[in-house]
Amino acid sequence: MTSEPFGDLIDRCRAAEEDLVRRWRADVAASLRGRVSEIELDKELREILDALLSAVSASDGADTRSSAYGEVRALLVDLSRARALQGFSPRETAISVFALKKAVRDSVGVGPEFVAFSDVIDELGLFTFETYAKAREEVITNQAEQLLELATPVVKLWQGVVALPLVGTLDSARAQVVMEKLLQTLVDTGSEYAIIDITGVPAVDTQVAQHLLKTIVAARLMGAECIISGIRPQIAQTIVALGIEFGDIATKATLADALLLALGRIGVDVTAEMTKRGL
Amino acid sequence: MERLPILKIGQMLLVSIQVDLRDDMVVALQEDLADRIVETGARGVVIDITALDIVDSFTGRMLATMAALSRVLDADTVVVGMRPAVAITLVELGLSLDGIKTALDVERGMRLLSLAGGTAR
Amino acid sequence: MTAQELPISGDADVVRVRQAVRAAAVEAKLSLVDQTKLVTAASELARNTLTYGGGGGALVEQVQNGLRKGVKAVFHDKGPGIADVAQALTDGFTSGSGMGLGLGGARRLVDEFAIDTAPGDGTTVTVVKWAR
Repeated sequence: MTSEPFGDLIDRCRAAEEDLVRRWRADVAASLRGRVSEIELDKELREILDALLSAVSASDGADTRSSAYGEVRALLVDLSRARALQGFSPRETAISVFALKKAVRDSVGVGPEFVAFSDVIDELGLFTFETYAKAREEVITNQAEQLLELATPVVKLWQGVVALPLVGTLDSARAQVVMEKLLQTLVDTGSEYAIIDITGVPAVDTQVAQHLLKTIVAARLMGAECIISGIRPQIAQTIVALGIEFGDIATKATLADALLLALGRIGVDVTAEMTKRGL
Repeated sequence: MERLPILKIGQMLLVSIQVDLRDDMVVALQEDLADRIVETGARGVVIDITALDIVDSFTGRMLATMAALSRVLDADTVVVGMRPAVAITLVELGLSLDGIKTALDVERGMRLLSLAGGTAR
Repeated sequence: MTAQELPISGDADVVRVRQAVRAAAVEAKLSLVDQTKLVTAASELARNTLTYGGGGGALVEQVQNGLRKGVKAVFHDKGPGIADVAQALTDGFTSGSGMGLGLGGARRLVDEFAIDTAPGDGTTVTVVKWAR
């Protein structure tokens, strides 16, 4: 008695496989509206059906988390991840599994063993949904990270001088990304001066100011100096009101002044450079 | 016990740490360095930590002590090559290594020492 | 990765604990900075176990919370314990020769920090760092 709760349902499904897959595919294809090719779908569903039928007969009535269902679960992970990445809705994804119920009912008929089979499908449908949600979450996390990266360009202004023009609100997470990226750029470009321009930052709170200070101290530990430029009057007032010590950190009103300061410390003769470059 | 090599380059000493630091190696380095400064009359010390993937408070304290020690022996110390992740962690840990000179790499560290007059005299 | 129990009875063991924590942090996909913070915290705590606890062990394992992966490290010793935990966590406080940043510093470098100790009853410090 390998598959008692399912009676001879598995055998009947195997016998009617062609008809079953055709009905199942038709239902799934209708919901996906042609965004997955029939051939691809046919292959996908056949693989799942085959693995599922083998799993059900081998599982001895064990639940879908048992190792007998390993292959089915792996196939469903592939399917739901692919659907999530292609932008299909949860409903469109889950229907690929749930539609099998109707296909079996229509093509093999409903007997008492259908209940057990239906339970298995429900479990696998939920599993598909969970995997889908997980994949979507990953997509969102990745996008958020990419956005952070895009929002923090570090540009090289001169041999040995990089600038980080900050635009928009700085929250703690972004400040951390900014800090890491700036310090890495110092190493990559061998720059001893970094200008952090905060002209485009509307407000600075204690946390953000702390992050800035930590970045500057970390840069010093690495052997580089930071200059802060573009501190607007309101921000200057906040900094003083919050009692944040900027100590001996160089600050300049504009990015241009900061660049001049850095060039001066490196020992660049601007006039001579202009002549050299024919400007 | 494995000891860290101290190289003499001109008027300077170079310590390039290339292995996972054990505390006893750090203590031994501190002693060896003081001996070598006196022995060679070196005016500058470059400690290269490019290969170190962490600096904890013990190692941090060792760096500070070695800098202070060499200052007493009339030599300047520059710590070079600290990785960004290590620097961020040290700041979070609360260690700012005040009074220690730093540079991005060995070359810049040596230039810093010669500008400070460590080798000119 | 399964949990890994490492003994701490000498300087070389502190290095081995750091390496094990690093490997677990890489596997849990912690960012480079987070790896560094966790390994540094582990180094401080392993040294405490050795210096103040008279030796002990560390249990290093990967943990998971929903999608997030992380690394948990438990440092335990059967040493004299800590009478005043609040004081021990204060920066600058030290009963040994360190900078007094060990315990408090380690706490700042991790996401979760728990200490279980009583005088004469040993010390167990548990830290967790999560992937961002």
